[in-house]
Amino acid sequence: MDDLIITVKNLVKVYKMGDLEVHALRGIDMEIRKSDFVAIMGKSGSGKSTFMNIIGCLDVPTKGDYFLDGVDVKKMNRDQLASLRNKKIGFVFQSFNLLSRTSALENTELPLMYNSKISSKEMRERAIEALKSVGLADRSHHFPNQMSGGEQQRVAIARALVNNPVVILADEPTGNLDSRTSVEVMDIFQQLNKIGITVVIVTHEPDIASYTNRNISFKDGKILKDIRIENPRSASVELISMPVLSEEETI
Amino acid sequence: MKLGNQLRAALRSLAKNKMRTFLTMLGIIIGVASVIAMLAIGQGSKESIQSQIANLGTNLLTIYPSASMTGGVRSEAGTSVKLTIDDYKAVASRCPAVMYSTPVVRTSGQLIAINQNWRTSVWGVYPDYFPIRNLVIESGNAFTMTEDRTAQKVCVIGHTVSTYLFGEGGDPVGKQIRINKIPFKIIGLIAPKGQNAWGQDQDDIVIAPFTTVQERMLTITYINTIMVSATSEKMIPEATDEITQVLKERHRLGPSEDPDFTIRSQADIANAASATSGILTVLLASIASISLLVGGIGIMNIMLVSVTERTREIGIRMGVGARGRDVLLQFLIEALMISLIGGIIGVGLGILTSELIAHGMSWPITITIQSILLSFLFSTAIGIFFGWYPARKAANLNPIDALRYE
Repeated sequence: MDDLIITVKNLVKVYKMGDLEVHALRGIDMEIRKSDFVAIMGKSGSGKSTFMNIIGCLDVPTKGDYFLDGVDVKKMNRDQLASLRNKKIGFVFQSFNLLSRTSALENTELPLMYNSKISSKEMRERAIEALKSVGLADRSHHFPNQMSGGEQQRVAIARALVNNPVVILADEPTGNLDSRTSVEVMDIFQQLNKIGITVVIVTHEPDIASYTNRNISFKDGKILKDIRIENPRSASVELISMPVLSEEETI
Repeated sequence: MKLGNQLRAALRSLAKNKMRTFLTMLGIIIGVASVIAMLAIGQGSKESIQSQIANLGTNLLTIYPSASMTGGVRSEAGTSVKLTIDDYKAVASRCPAVMYSTPVVRTSGQLIAINQNWRTSVWGVYPDYFPIRNLVIESGNAFTMTEDRTAQKVCVIGHTVSTYLFGEGGDPVGKQIRINKIPFKIIGLIAPKGQNAWGQDQDDIVIAPFTTVQERMLTITYINTIMVSATSEKMIPEATDEITQVLKERHRLGPSEDPDFTIRSQADIANAASATSGILTVLLASIASISLLVGGIGIMNIMLVSVTERTREIGIRMGVGARGRDVLLQFLIEALMISLIGGIIGVGLGILTSELIAHGMSWPITITIQSILLSFLFSTAIGIFFGWYPARKAANLNPIDALRYE
């Protein structure tokens, strides 16, 4: 099938801590298709972060198969995994993870820097384009410490977008944000999903998960539930009725 | 990552911590500067020694009588074996590799002018002595073989002697002096030669015809030494062989027997002196290199701190697709940049320091391109060597741990 982005079969991850073996994942099967907007939920220790690391090509499974956009990730070495992350994945983190004392524009350019095929000119154009799509074109020369948490997370989303990834992986993207800013960020994800971008977020808040169209719950390293949501909440509609608390919220 | 971007990123990250970068660089700056200054001092003294020796005449060979051995006890050189004027004549006529030659007799003499006196050494030589020693007559004339044959009481004197006897700038030519109560007429003044490599004043000398000194002053039949100059510097070994053969034959020594004379060349002395100052240069430079090494350890220390501080940044870069070698290169370039920029400033400071020493202490200083290149390459190598370990450490970080690092 062409539109299969992520295929996971019987994924097992065991951490060895001395003599102790920790079974983080105990056999996960999952398929994520193009234009899916998935929320992966679960308590801490449920294995959702481990799962995220593996599908983000930051870690490799102990057993099982993982195909990302048709590529067998299991066979990849360290450098090839880096290259996969560079070309096929966009990361958004809970704590934004922007480079300090580096402008929004240069932060956005960062993934393209590690792609030798892209010229400096194209790099700049694509970074500006990505910042535009998160509504930050006018703040491209600001440094992270001059921006609000919401703005910083939007720069991080622009950075995740800039390499045209097959999937955006967001690990607790609203964890450090207040409720209105969280909805703003979810609004951006919904907009991106609407134009066909696959988004997977990890969250423990059911509230945030309700903006997505597929919720997968993890428990003890296994999938507990996998449900489709036919009519997810619309962030843009809700934003209209939400009071603007302050223009410059800082976290 | 492209090299241009790498360089820009490295410069920016160094600029973020200006004070720290400067202090780290200071180690390299001081190291490179001291290596250059030390090499300049060493090279300068070596060249000054060499030029002084060349001034003596590098083709010069001196033949001394050896010490004789009686029942295993050596006596003072020249006490039992003497060189004679016939030895000299044989050397002068039968050695084609010898250009100029002279017999030498030496004594010390009390010099008395009108109201001054001075004690110095008096050399009795043939006129060939002047070209052998590169002596130039400043005013008046040198004596000739005619004056020697008739044992004329004439002499030429050096500047120091002239100054003591006739005052600064006084003209001694034509004046009468008494040497050990024997009246001599001064016919020439030798152009100043200054001190030789061992600090001896080469202008404190009286030179008179050989026969005059041998017969009138010393009344001896032997000679002290024979001085010759080879036809060229390359011919020194050949001249030595010829002289050895001629003198052995005259002294009735078989080819396997030890000669009863010694031939010393100025080149030997020059080489020994150069080797000594060469050792000094190496010693000075290696002490200076230690400071460069310490500077390198400073780089390593700061880079290790930097890697720990920037673990999160490394995680982010790896997360968006930096490979191990990208991270390695990033930190290596930063270390290299510190040592390169430090090296450039150090070269400047080294040249400046050398010039200051040259002017302030009037030491002979020679800065060579080789010494600049050497210290520059050395500092670069130190940057790579000491930057490698921290860079390797950064490149081997696990991206997940690095991203979570607080």
